[in-house]
Amino acid sequence: MLRFLIRRILGAMAVLFAISVLVFLIFNVVPATNPAARIAGKNATPQLIKNVEEEWGFDKALPEQYWTQMKLIFTGKVESFQSHINVDKRIAEGIPATASLCIGAAIIWLSFGFLFGYLSAVRAGGWLDRGLTVLALVGVSMPVFWLASLLLYYFTYKIEIFPASGYEPLSDPGKWLSHLILPWISLAVLFAGFYSRVLRSSMLDVMNEDYVRTARAKGLSQRRVMTKHVLRNSLIPVITLFGLDFGVLIGGGAIVTETLFNIEGVGLFTAEALQTQDFPSIMTVTLFGAFFIVLFNILVDIAYAYLDPRIRLGTSTA
Amino acid sequence: MSATPESASVSAIVGGGPLLAVDGLRVGFATEDGRVQAVDGVDFQLEPGEVLAIVGESGSGKSVTAQTIIGLTRSPNSHIEGSVRLNGEELTTQSESELQKVRGSQIAMIFQDPMTSMNPVFTVGSQIIEAIRAHDTSTSRKESRARAIELLEAVGIPDAAGRVDAYPHEFSGGMRQRAMIAMGLALEPSVLIADEPTTALDVTIQAQILDLIQDLNKSRGLATILITHDLGVVAEVADRVLVMYGGKVVERGTLEDIFYDPQHPYTWGLLGSLTRIDQPRPHRLPQISGAPPSLLNLPQGCAFRPRCPHEFAKCKEVPGLDARLSGDPNHRDRCWLEPDQKRKLREVEPGRIGLEEPT
Repeated sequence: MLRFLIRRILGAMAVLFAISVLVFLIFNVVPATNPAARIAGKNATPQLIKNVEEEWGFDKALPEQYWTQMKLIFTGKVESFQSHINVDKRIAEGIPATASLCIGAAIIWLSFGFLFGYLSAVRAGGWLDRGLTVLALVGVSMPVFWLASLLLYYFTYKIEIFPASGYEPLSDPGKWLSHLILPWISLAVLFAGFYSRVLRSSMLDVMNEDYVRTARAKGLSQRRVMTKHVLRNSLIPVITLFGLDFGVLIGGGAIVTETLFNIEGVGLFTAEALQTQDFPSIMTVTLFGAFFIVLFNILVDIAYAYLDPRIRLGTSTA
Repeated sequence: MSATPESASVSAIVGGGPLLAVDGLRVGFATEDGRVQAVDGVDFQLEPGEVLAIVGESGSGKSVTAQTIIGLTRSPNSHIEGSVRLNGEELTTQSESELQKVRGSQIAMIFQDPMTSMNPVFTVGSQIIEAIRAHDTSTSRKESRARAIELLEAVGIPDAAGRVDAYPHEFSGGMRQRAMIAMGLALEPSVLIADEPTTALDVTIQAQILDLIQDLNKSRGLATILITHDLGVVAEVADRVLVMYGGKVVERGTLEDIFYDPQHPYTWGLLGSLTRIDQPRPHRLPQISGAPPSLLNLPQGCAFRPRCPHEFAKCKEVPGLDARLSGDPNHRDRCWLEPDQKRKLREVEPGRIGLEEPT
């Protein structure tokens, strides 16, 4: 287990390094405009641009620029080109909002995904299954921005039961909740539909396994066969998906939801960074996001070993 | 081995009918291509302490018969007719929850592939404990565990106390099948259905598992239905034999009947394809030419007709499962040939039975 962790952490660091180099190169090889010119503003004289270049270090060799940039990011001193705000601080401030949004939404989508997927599998081919299939397809087909707009229109404008936008800290739980319910729903619907389909098909596969027949031949009740023998063996595809999806979202991937509901989280900041093509911000949010994706992949691998004893961590020498 | 007289006396002591009686069992499945009649009228009786072998190729309906006995083939797409009585009690009409009480506790079943028949994510012990507690919640977890170790010891697993917490993948194939048998025995059932229990095992392990089944049969009086396609296995342990083809029983009799006086050409073919060490090796391994019929489209008359070199006009009519030998009402078969003709045709070489074109 320890060997596995060390190996995976080293691997993760290599991945993060590769990503940082890639993002850095992409930004420097294909810039839309010269960053110095953008910092200097409209109608800047060539001299001013040159001064900015020197001041920000754009005239240095690329490896040196990369090194400086990384040092700034990891010491918490990185500033955006545009607004000169501290990027690390801005991301740190966004984490509570993003975490509130993503964890809440994940609880909703997992609950409904499991419930609907389980019921669909148990009643496969029946009316309940067909109904849930339609529901899941509707959920999967609804774009987040469209669903969010509909929810906003009906529940904040037509009937004003929820506040329109923003994020309130958890210190006032009532306010926190009322500001998050609509974002949670708009983010969770897509995933709930998708997960229910994945769980359903995974369970139907497992139901044909010999050991399920053995379990029935032992005289176990249908419910026990399903909840113990089938469900446990059906979890791996769902866990795999969840690790990836959740890692992406918590790392700033909930861009659409955060933007539409004006939740000042990491996703909204990512959107702003992309719009203004602000290199330090993009670099930092990319690394931040990549970190969570890599982290959740490691957690998923640990979960595999827990779910299936045949998967052993750290023993494969191949 | 010839337990027919003994078993008859056992049932006389018990009084009443047979332990397990299957009458006119028919199992059909609705498929997209039409209804598949997987089992078409199977009758047999099983007495305590008896080993009944059901023999046939893949698709002959032997596994479906076995699974239907404990209701595992019930589904919206299946159609089950006929009767299965355990100690006189009808099982086919019982509700699912009533059947659950029978499964595992009165009739246990073990399956072909021990690799896939145990759930890979739970320990062997926990799966045995689960079987015990499914029927007897008054047994504590600790008692069940002790019982599981006892059972694993009984089926010959060394260091059972140490292995009870091992996962199935940590067992060898033979040990897994032993563990499956231990699980089947957990509640001391009166009937054990073994569906190709040795097919996935290598030959030496096969012999050990058969010995084990035979031991249990003798020492506990465990009535056993042994499903197999391997007549070598049958010869080892069976008292009586049903030969199935295309969902029907084509011949039934005692072990001696089937091996020394087989009446149906299909049985000859099965016997002919056994390799024997006491006879010179044939140039080619004899086989029954052709493939088993599609159950969607059975030939008219005798189902074996298209593969039978001894076919004649009468074979277009469906033969009944009748006693065709004078003086032996229990040896029955579905072949229109006269017993004398059969004796002549089956002897492909002096002393060797087989299915070959008459020369």
